[in-house]
Amino acid sequence: MLEPHLEVTFEELKHLVSERAISGETMVLNMGPQHPSTHGVLRLLLELDGERIVRCNPDIGFLHTGIEKNMESKRYDQALVMTDRMDYLNTVGNNLCFTLAVEKLIDIDVPERAQVIRVILVELQRIASHLIFLASHALDLAAASVFLYCFREREIILDIFEMCSGARMMTSYIRPGGLWRDVPDEFEDAVRNFVKIFPKRIQQYEDLLSNNPLYIDRTRGIGEISREDAIRWGLTGPALRAAGEPFDLRRAVPYTGYERYDFDIPLGSKGDTYDRYIVRIEEMRQSLRIIQQAVDSIPAGPWRSNNRKFVPPPRSELGHSMEALIHHFKLWTEGFSAPKGAVYVPVESARGEIGCYLVGDGGPKPYRVHFQTPSLSNLQVLPVLAEGCLVADLVAIISSLDPILGDVDR
Amino acid sequence: MGVEQKLGRLGIVTTTLEKVVNWSRTRAMWPMLFGLACCAIEMMAAQASDYDMSRFGMELMRATPRQSDLMIVAGRVTRKMAPVLRRLYDQMPEPKWVVAMGDCASCGGIFNNYAIVQGVDEIVPVDVFVSGCPPRPEALIHGILTLRDKVMAEKIQDWS
Repeated sequence: MLEPHLEVTFEELKHLVSERAISGETMVLNMGPQHPSTHGVLRLLLELDGERIVRCNPDIGFLHTGIEKNMESKRYDQALVMTDRMDYLNTVGNNLCFTLAVEKLIDIDVPERAQVIRVILVELQRIASHLIFLASHALDLAAASVFLYCFREREIILDIFEMCSGARMMTSYIRPGGLWRDVPDEFEDAVRNFVKIFPKRIQQYEDLLSNNPLYIDRTRGIGEISREDAIRWGLTGPALRAAGEPFDLRRAVPYTGYERYDFDIPLGSKGDTYDRYIVRIEEMRQSLRIIQQAVDSIPAGPWRSNNRKFVPPPRSELGHSMEALIHHFKLWTEGFSAPKGAVYVPVESARGEIGCYLVGDGGPKPYRVHFQTPSLSNLQVLPVLAEGCLVADLVAIISSLDPILGDVDR
Repeated sequence: MGVEQKLGRLGIVTTTLEKVVNWSRTRAMWPMLFGLACCAIEMMAAQASDYDMSRFGMELMRATPRQSDLMIVAGRVTRKMAPVLRRLYDQMPEPKWVVAMGDCASCGGIFNNYAIVQGVDEIVPVDVFVSGCPPRPEALIHGILTLRDKVMAEKIQDWS
């Protein structure tokens, strides 16, 4: 079954390359799937004229995990853990997307406290994700110290996640109806501490890169895309905003109470690699503003819905309430049933619009789960951006689009 | 070190060939820079400032299999990726070791489905399995130290 068919003949690849490759004028080069700058297991088939790229054919699917199909065989509460593993740099955001879809399907109210904590965690996750972008982007362009700086701050964020959920990355903390449990007492102080120290750290990254002539040489004017083209190619997230289109789902379709927070949408002007970097740096600052406002306004109260048909009762009730015991038993053996219907919920992940299309058939398992993922729509534009640039620039372009292959292939 | 004081100016250490070779193999293991999925991020974290795997002589992640002697399979291996992984393993020079990092690489993890190889030991011989989804950087470092112990116990007749 695992017999490799690695050796493809030139005949099979003929339709992917130009006439010049067939005559031998240009060279066909394979890049990936094991390549440090493809950020996972992306394979690129490049046609090169000297050092210039004539054509670039991405080959995806090396990380196809069958997550959507697997989720259909699990109950709603079990399927949640699969979303963590999809875009593994934006785990909390994925949880939120799926949770909002389930909540829309079963029509359940979420308490205010849970909403605010969700916003804090998702914005922290956005910063953590942008930190990984910055780390790997800088490392690809041979700036190794930025990598170490970024991971230093990422650990602070992961410590906050661990404090809440017990896990560093795969938290599964946001559940339908609210949160898994209340945040610990130290949570607020930890977040405030992070908000206090992080602006200086952003300045450190900027000092290393933003005015660095070596960095500017390798990013300014590389991989440019106009605003119209960006919309036409379906770019989302920072890549779209770097091209000058002020589209952010947090502003366009507010969810989880984003309409209450005051923040700006950072924009780029030229849509090149440098702009995509600057937009992400600025987004980290805006996320900090949101976190600051949210942490100042965490209300007291319940952290998950009181609707016992969908949310398990607190452990303390099990000892003396027969009803609570029945609900507990029902929820953990067969799960809750969602009504028939289809919903689509888009949220703004660190990479752009991630949307969950969920079809319920009246049973405890989803009939169909589909994710519209930002990495896939951003990666589509790669052949356009890569055309005519150098192989070394391609490395910068890939990392500036920030594709997560788990998100592309699912 | 203290050994100089004990030995005086003799400049001689008596040991066995087995120990010397095993010791030198463990002290500079170069892992291959080869991330597949979520675990790769934790592998990066293990390399980065807080956990600093270079304390164990592993600061060099080689991007090519020809210069590396440790393969850390960090993440889920799909059926499409499996032949590539095997080819990478074959390209590594002897002696070589494999660490299966995370549940997916060890046994398929939560993905019991058509797309994922149920444990990377179906394709390559694995020396150490590290559990966790994803394992913490400490767990990965512990796995590598376990591998060191294993290498230190290797016998001369088993060397390839």
